[in-house]
Amino acid sequence: MWEFLTSQMGISIVLAAVVFGVMQGVVAYAIYFERKIAAWIQDRCGPNRVGPLGLLQPIADGLKFVFKEDVIPGQVDKILFVLAPTIMFIIAFIGLAAIPWGGQWEVGGKLLNIQVANPDIGLLYLLGVGSMGVYGVVLGGWASNNKYSFFGAIRATAQMLSYEIPMGLCIVIVVLTVGSLRLEDIILPQTQYWFGAIPQWNIFLHPLVFLILFITMLAEANRAPFDLAEAEQELVGGFHTEYSALKFGMFFLGEYAHMITASAFISVMFLGGWHLPWLPWAQPEATSLAAVITKMLILGGKVVGFLFLMMWIRWTLPRFRFDQLMRLAWLGLIPMTLGLFMITVGLLYFGLHRNWVWTCGGDAVILALSLLYVAVSRREITGRSPGAGAIGVGAVAG
Amino acid sequence: MIHDEDILELSEPSLSPSEKLFLPQILGGMVTTIVHMGKSMVGQHRTVQYPEQKRELRLENYRGVHRLNRDEQGRVACVACFMCATACPANCIHIEAGESPWEDREKYPVKFDLDELRCIFCGMCEEACPVDAIELTPHYDLVGRSREEMILDKEELLSVYDETRELKPRKNPHITGYEGTGGRFHANGDKND
Repeated sequence: MWEFLTSQMGISIVLAAVVFGVMQGVVAYAIYFERKIAAWIQDRCGPNRVGPLGLLQPIADGLKFVFKEDVIPGQVDKILFVLAPTIMFIIAFIGLAAIPWGGQWEVGGKLLNIQVANPDIGLLYLLGVGSMGVYGVVLGGWASNNKYSFFGAIRATAQMLSYEIPMGLCIVIVVLTVGSLRLEDIILPQTQYWFGAIPQWNIFLHPLVFLILFITMLAEANRAPFDLAEAEQELVGGFHTEYSALKFGMFFLGEYAHMITASAFISVMFLGGWHLPWLPWAQPEATSLAAVITKMLILGGKVVGFLFLMMWIRWTLPRFRFDQLMRLAWLGLIPMTLGLFMITVGLLYFGLHRNWVWTCGGDAVILALSLLYVAVSRREITGRSPGAGAIGVGAVAG
Repeated sequence: MIHDEDILELSEPSLSPSEKLFLPQILGGMVTTIVHMGKSMVGQHRTVQYPEQKRELRLENYRGVHRLNRDEQGRVACVACFMCATACPANCIHIEAGESPWEDREKYPVKFDLDELRCIFCGMCEEACPVDAIELTPHYDLVGRSREEMILDKEELLSVYDETRELKPRKNPHITGYEGTGGRFHANGDKND
């Protein structure tokens, strides 16, 4: 048994079970903290009645989802209607399979990857799985056979298509810098140091790319300020208007699981994954069980940090209007990432792609150019051409 | 008919260059929210934990459940003049007057029913009362299982007075003290007007 558990196959199976189980709990408590943070930001105190500090609230919420009546309206496409939340839920979770949680564990003379699967194209796998997340939304909106749900689904589709492009380009820039599509290999170069002190995390090489990738992640995960697919003021509930009980709960869990996957992904890409400078157990050479657990906690901490950032942003910023959203992607992020991509390719040609002076300089040039364009251009942010004049004509009775 | 000079043209305020960049504004907003979050986390939130904790009310003029005041001898202070019922815009006060068994006034309410479900808590009855007999109290957690239960009769309204006497004492000197207030309601003749 021990033999099997300490083989790569065994560790993958155990880790898959553990990750799936732990993530259910993390997702439930992410919802609890979302509510808490929302309350704190709005000068309230949040759920505090169920259990101490309201900590049993997720269980109460879950039970509510289970025991509510599961309505399937008459006009829906039944197969797709049931399939959509399932897809949303499953896809949000399978992305976690490729995340390198804790480096390597040396046991019985073998080095085991603390990872459910370590495909050579881990990055492409994550990218593909992330893009498939939109199917849950689109199928849910389509199957509901309802105008508002359908609008939500259409918005989600257009938004995902638009933000996939800058996201892909950002990932390509990281791949060019690191030279591998394997997630563990993306972490390894980030564990080196400049001047023996500053870790070579990709965020220090390409801060602007990090920012853009984070923005596109928000859009991909359907989080505010990009949550137009479920804009309740306009679309009732968007794609999940017709859903109730456990199916709605699965959409809900799927959204948070997507956030966790995205956070883990961006931590691996830009913050060195499980690496933390100057902590001996968080170095690639450390392969003891304690080191593995430390690394898992470090990556978990980074994920929690990103989750908090996403929640903080959600309760701060108002939602984009759809044309603003499209303009940000097509006139803002895509040209910027294209420019960054070309600069990275040029630096790669001269072998300067890991020289932070050049890469940060390139980022600064692109940022300065785009800010200059925005500040100087006479385009009205409101989305109307300058000649259009008055936005509304109001008659004063008299 | 709309005249040209009545037409008002509105246009959006244009953004300054720094506002167009969004980023400074976004950061400013995030600082605001995190400050609020920090304050709430150390307990400076605005939530009142209701059943355990109650709001601090302005006791003098909060308009909650009504009461019928008693005079010094514990009798109902109301003189059944129907001023409150007349003033009531929601038509929720129903009085049945009878001849007073006491010498110092002519009438008193035999029945005094107040429908708390019809009431809009405007306080007009309190304004109208010539003897300060009906008053609104700071009690706001009135509940009942039926509509009938929410119609308070004279005894219930008097018991509300007994409950809230400490919280909101009767105005002093109150008009229905019958002594030293003009004595207009004295029946035994020693008027000093």
